Amino acid sequence: MKIPVVRKVLEVNETMAEQNKKLFDRHRVLVLNLMSSPGAGKTALLERTLSDLGTEMNMAVIEGDVQTTNDAQRIAATGVPVVQINTDQACHLDSSMVQEALGQLDLEGLDVLFIENVGNLVCPAAFDLGEDLKITLLSVPEGDDKPLKYPSMFVRSQLMILNKLDLLPYLEFSLVQATQGAQTVNPDLEVISVSARTGENLEAWYEWLRSRLKTKRKA
Amino acid sequence: MHELSLVQSLLDIVRQELRAHELTRLKAVKVTCGRLSGAVPDALHMAFTALTRDTDLDGSRLDLEMVPVKLQCGECGKSFSSPDKGSLAAFAPCPSCGQEIGHRVVSGQDLNIEYIEAE
Repeated sequence: MKIPVVRKVLEVNETMAEQNKKLFDRHRVLVLNLMSSPGAGKTALLERTLSDLGTEMNMAVIEGDVQTTNDAQRIAATGVPVVQINTDQACHLDSSMVQEALGQLDLEGLDVLFIENVGNLVCPAAFDLGEDLKITLLSVPEGDDKPLKYPSMFVRSQLMILNKLDLLPYLEFSLVQATQGAQTVNPDLEVISVSARTGENLEAWYEWLRSRLKTKRKA
Repeated sequence: MHELSLVQSLLDIVRQELRAHELTRLKAVKVTCGRLSGAVPDALHMAFTALTRDTDLDGSRLDLEMVPVKLQCGECGKSFSSPDKGSLAAFAPCPSCGQEIGHRVVSGQDLNIEYIEAE
């Protein structure tokens, strides 16, 4: 007996992502899904951002890691509310994990919620979490060819942050090549180059954040 | 790498459908897999075998149909099938105007269950 089904395999993830999105919209919180390879500097960028903008915006962080609470501890040290998700073996966050974490977070009065995804340049792209925007970090030591080699994450992102600019003098990395590669796979992708360590050009990232928050508030 | 999670979701849906139609033995499940869905066929088959073995679904079959990528040119608006089967399928040159980027993906991103065969 043949029974037509016609359902999406990821329907559960999509349904829960929509629920998360509704909750975020009700609280008018700007939610950003931060993705990259392990070690590109997601946590470092957040530490800097949280302390530099701490008096200007109310922010919170959901930390996704396979193991350890190391990153959550680094974030907690900035005084910002943080919830750690340990995926155990999963290579990405999904919308049900985020929904569970939201139970431990007060969204009232919050301006921006960062979701730091598991370090992985492939899988997290396939799972919507209910976020407003996806951001992919690429760091100089990874090489300028990565957007073309791992396109899916760059295709689905609205912003690419090129991190570790301070290492440019020591490595063969072309900012032009990295940007061109990323915009080949996604012509609408915005690009901001920074160094989270030295603070170089972070103001451009903060401006982007302010303008996105303003847009969200108007919606 | 996330095919295990995908197949787990797939089997949750299959079990729901079996219960809803009061069936007990799954023979096969037909899934259409877009070339841009990010799911790798071999890994899906392996996850399916691993997650059905010694369960109520043991002995069932996963029938996969790969769905080619259909694009609409961002420049001239013509629709065409991408000849590229890899993850860069969305950047094939438009056969009408030659444009390589900015195409809209019409189909080929989804992973859908079409039907189940059961008794």
